Amino acid sequence: MSTTPFKIPIVPSIKRETYLNLYSRGLRLDNRDLYTPRRVEIETGVVEKANGSALVSLGNTKVMAGVKIEVGTPFRDTPDQGVLTVHAEFVPLASPTFEPGPPDENAIELARVVDRSLREVGAVDLSSLVIREGEKVWIVWVDLYILDHDGNLFDASMLAAMAALKTASLPDYEEYETGEIEVLRDKSQGPLKVDHTVVTVTTAKIGNYIIVDPTLDEEAISDARMVVAVDEQGRIVGLQKTGPHGYTREELERVLNISLSASKVYFKSLEEALARQG
Amino acid sequence: MGKKGGQVLITEEGLRHDGRRPDELRQVRMEVDVLENADGSALVEFGGTKVLAAVYGPREPIQKYIVLPDKAVLRVRYHMAPFSTSERKSPAPSRREVELSKVIREALESVVLSDLYPRTVIDVFIEVLQADGGTRTTGLTAASLALADAGIPLRALVGAVAVGKIGGTLVLDIDEVEDNYAEADMPVGAAPDIGLVTLFQINGVMTKEEVAKGLDMALNAIERIVEMEKEVLRSKYARVGEV
Amino acid sequence: MARQERRIVVPGDRLPPETTGPEEYLVDNGGWKTPAIVGILDVRDGKHVFIPLQGAYVPRKGDVVIGLIVSQGIVNWFVDINSPYQAILTAQDFLGRPFNPLTDDLSRLLRIGDYIKARVEAFDRTRNPLLTVQGEDLGRIVEGRVIDVHPSRIPRIIGKKHSMINMISEETGCKLYAAVNGRIHIVCPNPDSEAIAIMAIKKIEREPHTVGLTERVKRLIEEEKKVRGV
Repeated sequence: MSTTPFKIPIVPSIKRETYLNLYSRGLRLDNRDLYTPRRVEIETGVVEKANGSALVSLGNTKVMAGVKIEVGTPFRDTPDQGVLTVHAEFVPLASPTFEPGPPDENAIELARVVDRSLREVGAVDLSSLVIREGEKVWIVWVDLYILDHDGNLFDASMLAAMAALKTASLPDYEEYETGEIEVLRDKSQGPLKVDHTVVTVTTAKIGNYIIVDPTLDEEAISDARMVVAVDEQGRIVGLQKTGPHGYTREELERVLNISLSASKVYFKSLEEALARQG
Repeated sequence: MGKKGGQVLITEEGLRHDGRRPDELRQVRMEVDVLENADGSALVEFGGTKVLAAVYGPREPIQKYIVLPDKAVLRVRYHMAPFSTSERKSPAPSRREVELSKVIREALESVVLSDLYPRTVIDVFIEVLQADGGTRTTGLTAASLALADAGIPLRALVGAVAVGKIGGTLVLDIDEVEDNYAEADMPVGAAPDIGLVTLFQINGVMTKEEVAKGLDMALNAIERIVEMEKEVLRSKYARVGEV
Repeated sequence: MARQERRIVVPGDRLPPETTGPEEYLVDNGGWKTPAIVGILDVRDGKHVFIPLQGAYVPRKGDVVIGLIVSQGIVNWFVDINSPYQAILTAQDFLGRPFNPLTDDLSRLLRIGDYIKARVEAFDRTRNPLLTVQGEDLGRIVEGRVIDVHPSRIPRIIGKKHSMINMISEETGCKLYAAVNGRIHIVCPNPDSEAIAIMAIKKIEREPHTVGLTERVKRLIEEEKKVRGV
């Protein structure tokens, strides 16, 4: 059951006014313009035990992604493909509003949007993950760990997932006569095959303004948010409206244009970080 | 084009596997006041998809802490009956159902005038009885109709439909077969009377131009869907007012 | 006869700007009005009036309601008044004197399942409505029956200057009290007249805004009286 949030931080009404006032002059509280994301920092290989990992800071928001690759059985309807699974944990240390326990609707939504945006475009080449067709395939687990929540978990999570996948290596294995597969965790058979790069751009609608990469405060005063997933060719590979209000047809058009152009900033950050560390 | 797994999805004449044109809805059926106990209820069918929605409230919640001091709390549950799918679906709520409950609730929040009933809850229960594609959009349509039937004050009615992309062609109101092979599925929910899109998702790959065209297709159809909702409500009350 | 036109309006429909009616259900959608619930737009002599056919009962101070005792606390009862908000009746009010939970037994005064007729003393949507039974004709209902109808039908059941309710009362010999929260208390001389009164009430609930309703209800009562030999 999904419930109207009833334990929400109270936003002083003066705050919304302050922000709207700034927006009318094309400014944000942190000196950004309306369409520029916060500073992105990406560090990969932060957890050696993972097959791929990344720590992403988007302003003060911090998300860690870990990729673990294990042997498993394929889905019955796709015997010739490996499996990609995304999970998100809103770790209680990240925010006073996060509580221990199973993922809530926000964590589930985040994971599913990231999952779909990677899956639908075929970001990870799942056909390269078959060990024995119909029997043994590689399962790629992407676990998103929210460490500090200052708004826009979607974009930070997608950057972290992408950076971790792009730097992940596929473990080697040994096949016994019994058919058993032993994973040789210390040996790699090469990098995980990633065919597409995907980023999401989250915009918030606040009054008549559309702003890119909202902070936690901006999310709190926003009417609704739109998460647009974009691939390196500028195609839309996923989209999710989230939040209680709606958009006019014209606003949707604006959101798409703003998001497509802001996606370039994220692609650049990702590319630079990977070039530096790869 | 549009042929996968031996199934022809778009014929050379541009027709779909069930004979529909790309911009054609399936047979739509709507009925309100179908349940005795609920304050409001509706049964909506889009082709083989059948969804029941019921509304209870505004009422004081059993758990007294689930309230807001200045408005009613909306609770929405989207759920699929175990027998609604080809293979039995476990009745335990899946991650998909959790997400869709949220997306549908957020599609209704902006039309429900919740500030008329502070400290109460309004419950919307959506049960998919048979799934043949478009269950979330049919569910949202049924929920809107059930809310209106319950007399919950609304700013406008909401209707919804999905647009799919098959072999590069945009098609309205995709069913399960089409959904299985579609390159993209774009569910849209809107309140045309106030010009707001309140549910919007894309699963799949589309260009910006395709999104814009698909939105136009969906919004056009939603205007007709909402008009059908209104007609159903009017005819229920026509005998009451003899007009 | 005056020119009259009626049509059903539903949420999202555009109402003429001059439409009057219950304010809470006439919503401003940014420059135009819509009914928030289903109702009738009555156009008569250039006047547009919105008459709701739905809507929950929201208590107002001074309303006389019929409530059902559903549970009790230490010094008060909780009362279902057919509203989103449960009402409270204090034992002190019921007794008309201070109440001591150590010496007085609440459940001997009113039992769960009892109906009361009470007046809303205070309500502002931030706290639950407070009832009083201090006043003429208020208190526990000891005889007759209580019929539930939709609260929006009460004005029609009462009729203009009580014309409808008086007619039913005269024709059936029953005493009727229609409370704004959609509950009607009836006390009848015999089971047949009670059945006829209920039939009449249910007919009005089903078709409250049809033309010539009073006449048809009267005919229904007369026919039923003949059938039953009352």
